[in-house]
Amino acid sequence: MTTLTRTPGDETAEDPGTPGGRGRWTGYLLLLPGALWLVLFFAVPIGSLVSTSLYDPTGTLETGYRFAFDVGNYIDAISTYAPEFGRSLLYAGLATIFALLLGYPLAYAISFKAGRWKNLLLVLVIAPFFTSFLIRTLSWKLILADQGWVVDSLKFLHVPLSNGRLLDTPVAVITGLTYNFLPFMVLPLYASLEKIDHRLIEAAGDLYASPFQGFRKVTLPLSMPGVVAGTLLTFIPAAGDFINKELLGSPQQSMIGNRIQGLFESGSYPAASALSVTLMVLIVVMVIAYIRRAGTEDLL
Amino acid sequence: MAARSGGDDLRLESVTKQFGPFTAVDNLTLTVPAGSFFALLGPSGCGKTTTLRMVAGLEDPTVGDIYLGQERITSLRPYKRPVNTVFQSYALFPHLSVEDNVAFGLKRRGRKDVNAEVERMLELVELAGFAKRRPAQLSGGQQQRVALARALINSPQVLLLDEPLGALDLKLRRQMQIELKSIQTEVGLTFVHVTHDQEEAMTMADTVAVMHAGLIEQKGAPADLYDNPATTFVANFLGQSNLVEGEIRRAEGDELEVDVQGMTIRVPAERARVHSGKVWVGVRPEKVVVHSEAAATDATNSLPRGRVIDVSFSGVSTQYLVRMPWGQELTVFEQNTGSRPLLHVGDEVDLRWRPEHTFLLDAAQDASAGVQDALVGT
Repeated sequence: MTTLTRTPGDETAEDPGTPGGRGRWTGYLLLLPGALWLVLFFAVPIGSLVSTSLYDPTGTLETGYRFAFDVGNYIDAISTYAPEFGRSLLYAGLATIFALLLGYPLAYAISFKAGRWKNLLLVLVIAPFFTSFLIRTLSWKLILADQGWVVDSLKFLHVPLSNGRLLDTPVAVITGLTYNFLPFMVLPLYASLEKIDHRLIEAAGDLYASPFQGFRKVTLPLSMPGVVAGTLLTFIPAAGDFINKELLGSPQQSMIGNRIQGLFESGSYPAASALSVTLMVLIVVMVIAYIRRAGTEDLL
Repeated sequence: MAARSGGDDLRLESVTKQFGPFTAVDNLTLTVPAGSFFALLGPSGCGKTTTLRMVAGLEDPTVGDIYLGQERITSLRPYKRPVNTVFQSYALFPHLSVEDNVAFGLKRRGRKDVNAEVERMLELVELAGFAKRRPAQLSGGQQQRVALARALINSPQVLLLDEPLGALDLKLRRQMQIELKSIQTEVGLTFVHVTHDQEEAMTMADTVAVMHAGLIEQKGAPADLYDNPATTFVANFLGQSNLVEGEIRRAEGDELEVDVQGMTIRVPAERARVHSGKVWVGVRPEKVVVHSEAAATDATNSLPRGRVIDVSFSGVSTQYLVRMPWGQELTVFEQNTGSRPLLHVGDEVDLRWRPEHTFLLDAAQDASAGVQDALVGT
């Protein structure tokens, strides 16, 4: 049988636009700037961080540092700073939960109910970014101040406060973390809610699901990618944060970020590096476990 | 307003739906008998989908009431209505497997052991073995059948189908039409089918209601609608029609005599929508016979001396376009039975048809109503 049409097999060999042709090199060329950037400013620093974490810990800025493959840095870091690790995970975890509880209804309202106000509300969500992170956190210092209206109101309502203060308490630090990372929760949630086909929710209603059942069985599962992305974008930076404790907390609220910063400042580079690497590994392991559990592997 | 006894007919009473200044459905009164396959046919924007959504509870009527049997369901929330919908987009839940999609309605009503029923339903729509797949792993036709199974399993009193075959290719659509029809016969539920495809409506439904601009133009069995259209819109939207200007001369017995360009056309009086004055004389293209030699008999209506200006041969049949002496172009379909050689462009012909195939419509109506809609629809 002679055919005039080509069989599927020989198309790739002749078509210059497919991966078999010169299109392949265009792909690599486009990757090059990003790849270079990552090698120079990510891969190399990570390598240097890991090797610093294995230096002889007796070194100082004056005497210099020596590579010693000293795993003891890690044992010291974990045993000495276990409370800070615990506090970081606890504060970040609580801040993530609060951000989710605040952010989900907000994102839902913007996506489903806001109508023509949608864009304005989205701008308002990211509006805080027009001011510096530090200024915003400092202003929380004023809001939560001992003579501020928040403390006064709580006292009026006879809410028990330790020493009659909010500042320098875990509450202040967690509030600051929640506030600062809320937009990172809201935006991915909004994006995934916005993608939901409203006809699916209609279909759920048509199939005897009450509005609440429809939310639980259709809207919520379909927004899970946003929940996972939002919690990660909140939890990861919150766990490594040190500004909120620095400005709103006291030494009793020290998080791991504050210890790392302190150790770097005092020149204990090996210990600081070991702490940083430990935090990184811990977070990566937790993230992978979390994504597996949430059934959203396609995010990886 | 007398409530009818005898089962669960779906009734719409004086239902109007307005979206701002736009009236989508205009004072619609309609009864769909229990167990029937009812088609709402019309071009896009005619209000048929809005009507369906009001029955499903997804839109609230601005005015009017909807009854299911004796029960007034006008303001019942959708999840409380014994009505299910097969959506145009299927609206399958992408995060659930086929079986979970199909079981969704039963589970929401608190049913626990649904596996056997789900299995039986998947067999009915010939999807046994696909239970564990996700909707995205199915073809369009398979997704359509999941959507059907998901609605049917609830044994609703009325199943609403919103252009359910619109996304399928022609061949699959024909196949699904036959399957849907046989499933309807098997389960005996009331089906209300919304479509813009006149062939689909006629193939599947017992009763077709032709909708236009928020109103029902005509309702009836497919053959009645086709053979005896009540308006120019129905004549043009449901199939094609030749509409020629005429004026009624006189009634003779149960026949009317109509003057068309000086020739006399006879029409049975019961096929006339108007009985005096100016009319549109209508005849379907396949009812017209072309004759190349003059041999008129009294039994037929005849319009002589047309000239063939176009011949479209399509294997089974040939479509001739014939220009009449007064300039109008008429269409004739002829089965290629081989009893006579094909005509050629330029041949002079007479057009003849039987009086009982003629219909008379009100000349006040637009002769081209529905022509464009029918073209867009197919």
